Amino acid sequence: MKPSVAAGLAAQASADARAPLLDVSDLQTRYPVRRGIAAAIARRPRRFVRAVDGVSFSLFPGELLALVGESGCGKTTTALSVLKLVVAQDGTIRFKGQDITRLRHRDLRPLRRRMQLIYQDPYESLDPRFRVRQTVEEPLIIHRIGGSRAERRRRVLDALARVELSPPELYAERYPHELSGGQRQRVAIASSLVLEPELLVADEPVSMLDVSVRAGILSLLDGLRRSGLGTLMITHDLSTAAHFADRIAVMYLGRIVEEGPAREVVHNPQHPYTKALLSVVPKRDPRVRTKPQVLKGETPDPVQIPRGCRFHPRCPVAEPRCRTIDPTLHRGAKSVERHLAACVLI
Amino acid sequence: MTLLEVRDLHVWFDLPHGGELHAVQGVGFEVDPGQRLGLVGESGCGKTTTILALMGLLPGNATVAGSVLLDGEDILAVGEDTVRPHRWKDVAMVFQGAMNALNPVRTVGDQIVEPMELHGIAEGEAARRSARELLEMVGIPGSGASRYPHEFSGGMRQRAALAMALACQPQVLLADEPTTALDVMVQAQILEMLVALSTELNLALILVTHDLPVVAQVCERAAVMYAGRIAEAGPVDALYHDPRHPYTRLLFAATPDLHGERDVVSIPGTPPRLDRPIVGCPFQPRCDRAFEPCPVERPELMGVGSNHIAACHLNTVAAWNGA
Repeated sequence: MKPSVAAGLAAQASADARAPLLDVSDLQTRYPVRRGIAAAIARRPRRFVRAVDGVSFSLFPGELLALVGESGCGKTTTALSVLKLVVAQDGTIRFKGQDITRLRHRDLRPLRRRMQLIYQDPYESLDPRFRVRQTVEEPLIIHRIGGSRAERRRRVLDALARVELSPPELYAERYPHELSGGQRQRVAIASSLVLEPELLVADEPVSMLDVSVRAGILSLLDGLRRSGLGTLMITHDLSTAAHFADRIAVMYLGRIVEEGPAREVVHNPQHPYTKALLSVVPKRDPRVRTKPQVLKGETPDPVQIPRGCRFHPRCPVAEPRCRTIDPTLHRGAKSVERHLAACVLI
Repeated sequence: MTLLEVRDLHVWFDLPHGGELHAVQGVGFEVDPGQRLGLVGESGCGKTTTILALMGLLPGNATVAGSVLLDGEDILAVGEDTVRPHRWKDVAMVFQGAMNALNPVRTVGDQIVEPMELHGIAEGEAARRSARELLEMVGIPGSGASRYPHEFSGGMRQRAALAMALACQPQVLLADEPTTALDVMVQAQILEMLVALSTELNLALILVTHDLPVVAQVCERAAVMYAGRIAEAGPVDALYHDPRHPYTRLLFAATPDLHGERDVVSIPGTPPRLDRPIVGCPFQPRCDRAFEPCPVERPELMGVGSNHIAACHLNTVAAWNGA
């Protein structure tokens, strides 16, 4: 647990006089590594992929937090753990103050309505045999809300209007194959919104879409955030996070290594990993050709997370003490409040 | 000196229910040795079809017209018979998913040796030695030659695919979204390597991607494709700072930048269908600066600056002010 985070966020919460929508502390999710028969007979110890290895963060209503990092860093597992779609081994998840970590399936059902997920690929996430209205109506039927058929239809059309598919009556009758990628993703978002959730988890919501329509989807999410929805966006794209997130949390090997206001993280990065990651993002302007600081090697195996600071084997500025000290998230000397990094050098 | 010149390339696909789709509609460009050209555009604009046509790798329902001159010789003249001797030997390609480009049941080394033996470049131990050298050149230990693709990470597989493409010392390397499936850190490593290779080996590189910042950082020139045609082509600096086609400008404006201050805006609408004739400018329905001639008359590519061409009616009226 990173006490400094909790303390900092608690202070912020009381200052805002509002409670976090989502409060995650010291979350740990492990996946067992399959061992062969020989290993089982020899009773070799079970090994685990420590996908999420002590993650803490809070999300407030009306806030968009981007969880960024490379593949395998644990960002998607973090999101799935929060939604209780995979079972976390340790830590606590609080949704509007209620501890949902050990909640049973039956008791989760009413909560699921309030926390919705948008998938990456709208070509895969929509049933090709369903008309748009059926796709958007299905969650209402599952959760037994909306009462009469007419009432459900009103809610469906309302959700389609909110995702700017107009006229909604026309789009309601379409099949997914009649829609473009961006329109499909809007339908997927509508089928989440129809339940009027308070938390939206968007897993790479635009990475499968063409550049020209991405901004439209992101602006839509931005508008929903303004209307009070708490959004957790999983992305590998730092430029997108820089433009649309309120706060950015950078993950490396199962842990958040830096977290803060989006502008601060991008313009005043503290952790050496964040600095390297930012330096390799290609810039739009051909005249801005900065020398990328390419890290050697690849991310270590999450089965064997390095001792001490998990980043030290690839860190360009590591010191001997980094091999033994596992740094916690804290505020650096040159950073603003609520901008935290897990590095002994800041 | 021009190494590869593509002239008036057309590709049609026969559709299963009759009719045809005019995927590439008169594309032309040229590259010199050691030069890096970006071919950018959104999905369905014809960029991948264009380079597959250069390799003679289009499926059976495709019809190709136009010419592809390599050192002045038309390698597309007769079709498969004239393409085959050059494919992989002079013009090689790196595919989008290295996962799909490598054979899972053969060692990486064997797969690098195969084109060398096929084109009579090297054989036996000599070929295996060059395979190990090629792997080292792309940053994989030579011992990796005896390993299988599944033993490699995504980044290593893409490097191995690159080593395979370089096996016959080609003059032109076509790279189709070579880093799209990779993480930014690995992307940076691969892009750095492509730049180094094109410089050191004097290799002409054609980089096909939807990712404008990648092209801005890697290529000297780029061609922006829309609806099967080149909308604008020129030095990347001019495309960014002085775009002469609204599509280029809007595409850059839709691309988020790490330090960009301005809002990112999407382009309304969708590209036109290519299975029916297009009247006027294909971008006109989505354009924010369309005027009288745009819906009726198709703009032709014309020179708008040094080494800079664009197909937009705005360039013919004096009122053009760049934005």
